[in-house]
Amino acid sequence: MESLNLSTALSQGRGFRDKISSLSGVNFTDCYQCGKCTAGCPVAFAMDYTPRQIMRLMQLGLKEEALKSHSIWLCASCETCYARCPKEIDLAKVMETIRIEAKEMGYRPEKTIDLFNDLFLASVEKYGRVHEMSLIVNFNLKSGQLFKDVGMGPQMLQKGKIHLLAEKIQDNGAVKRIFENVRNMGGDAE
Amino acid sequence: MKFAYYPGCSLNATGIEYNVSAKAVAKHLGIELWEIPEWNCCGASAAHNTDHLLALALPARNLAIAEAKKLDVAVPCAACFNRLKSAQQAVKHSVATKEKVNKAIEMDYQGSNEVKALLDVMTSAISSDMVKEKVVRPLNGLKAASYYGCLLVRPPAVTQFDDPEDPQSMDQLMKNIGTDAVDWSFKVECCGAGHSTAKSDVGLPMIDSILADAKVNGAECIVTACPLCMLNLDMRQKEIEKINNKSYNLPIFYFTELMGLAFGYSAKDMGVTKHFVNPMPLLEGKDLLKHPATRRDEV
Ligand code: SF4
Ligand code: SF4
Repeated sequence: MESLNLSTALSQGRGFRDKISSLSGVNFTDCYQCGKCTAGCPVAFAMDYTPRQIMRLMQLGLKEEALKSHSIWLCASCETCYARCPKEIDLAKVMETIRIEAKEMGYRPEKTIDLFNDLFLASVEKYGRVHEMSLIVNFNLKSGQLFKDVGMGPQMLQKGKIHLLAEKIQDNGAVKRIFENVRNMGGDAE
Repeated sequence: MKFAYYPGCSLNATGIEYNVSAKAVAKHLGIELWEIPEWNCCGASAAHNTDHLLALALPARNLAIAEAKKLDVAVPCAACFNRLKSAQQAVKHSVATKEKVNKAIEMDYQGSNEVKALLDVMTSAISSDMVKEKVVRPLNGLKAASYYGCLLVRPPAVTQFDDPEDPQSMDQLMKNIGTDAVDWSFKVECCGAGHSTAKSDVGLPMIDSILADAKVNGAECIVTACPLCMLNLDMRQKEIEKINNKSYNLPIFYFTELMGLAFGYSAKDMGVTKHFVNPMPLLEGKDLLKHPATRRDEV
């Protein structure tokens, strides 16, 4: 790893740290780096920065490293870290908040995960519900894995577990308007 | 006893047998489920990975419809339960959030109704004795590992259900219908949810370790309360066996399916014939599908 001047990093990253802190409700100085979050994290094996290290990046205001990390996308939101943290830090919320921020700024190191989320929401916006069949077909087409899981298709159809046609809910456009309203309101819930 | 019922998208498709068995078992126990008309998707992980307000507003529309009828909401899918309960709590505890959510959904939602996992309803609103009374075909000798996963019990501040590290409600329910509850360490581990589709090199090992721990502890089947866990453990099992060159052959059940079997419903009516890992050899091998009094074959 290249050497860093921590005081400059902190002064530059302070705004970012404070923003994530206020959006997630987590005070980064609460974390004493015990590592219990990492010990229980089922995805730590695949992460570039472990959950504890993500907390350290935030404490130091290392904005670029946090925003570009794969960890924030690989986090499965399982909440094990939050349930076990002795300081009751909602680290899953931190991961989620940085991820939303990263996506807005155009950092998408885990393209397939991001694509899956986008297609999922597009289906909800269009039909009011997720249509699993078109979601999977679309995902395979757009992620270039044409034949992923196709073996399961016929069996799923035969068992009545997927439907060829999407059903659209009769909500008089209520769900579409939720998406529009949220876009107009800017997304933050607080 | 009446609840608003929110099935969620999976229970209309891949989780169809959960829907069917949940409705049958609820009716059998005298619980009336009123399906929320024209319910919409809760947004699942995709919404809360993308936008905080959207993640609250999508569930809130459904909750508002139930609240207008003064009904608490029963949710079979663990993932939907977590999203709905998070939204209810957020609206209830913050005026600012409530105002934003209501503006987004163009409805008036106060967060006054309770959101309960269906497992919670079946284990707290319904007593052990009521369940035992209905058992006509105890599933004796079936070694079942109860699998809770993440979203039923975590984060505890939101879910307010059972113990986050060693929950017991499903184990007790399984004992009440006659099974031998298996003690194992992975009952609250994460199955990786959508990773098995979007990022399989990360998702598949997570599923593998759950199957392995159940097997090592002597389980003959795993019981779940979540259609995503079901999809991962059941549909992906063959793929995982092939990649790792091992054999699990562990049938996966919804807890409602096993309740239904114990209450005397046929395997077909409970939808267990729709699973990828065929559970019939296990059930037949243990002679669990015959009526204990008459020993007549199922029709
Ligand atoms: S468990 Fe909590 S206090 Fe310990 S390192 Fe993780 S976030 Fe920090
Ligand atoms: S919520 Fe994310 S960071 Fe926390 S333990 Fe689960 S996967 Fe790891």
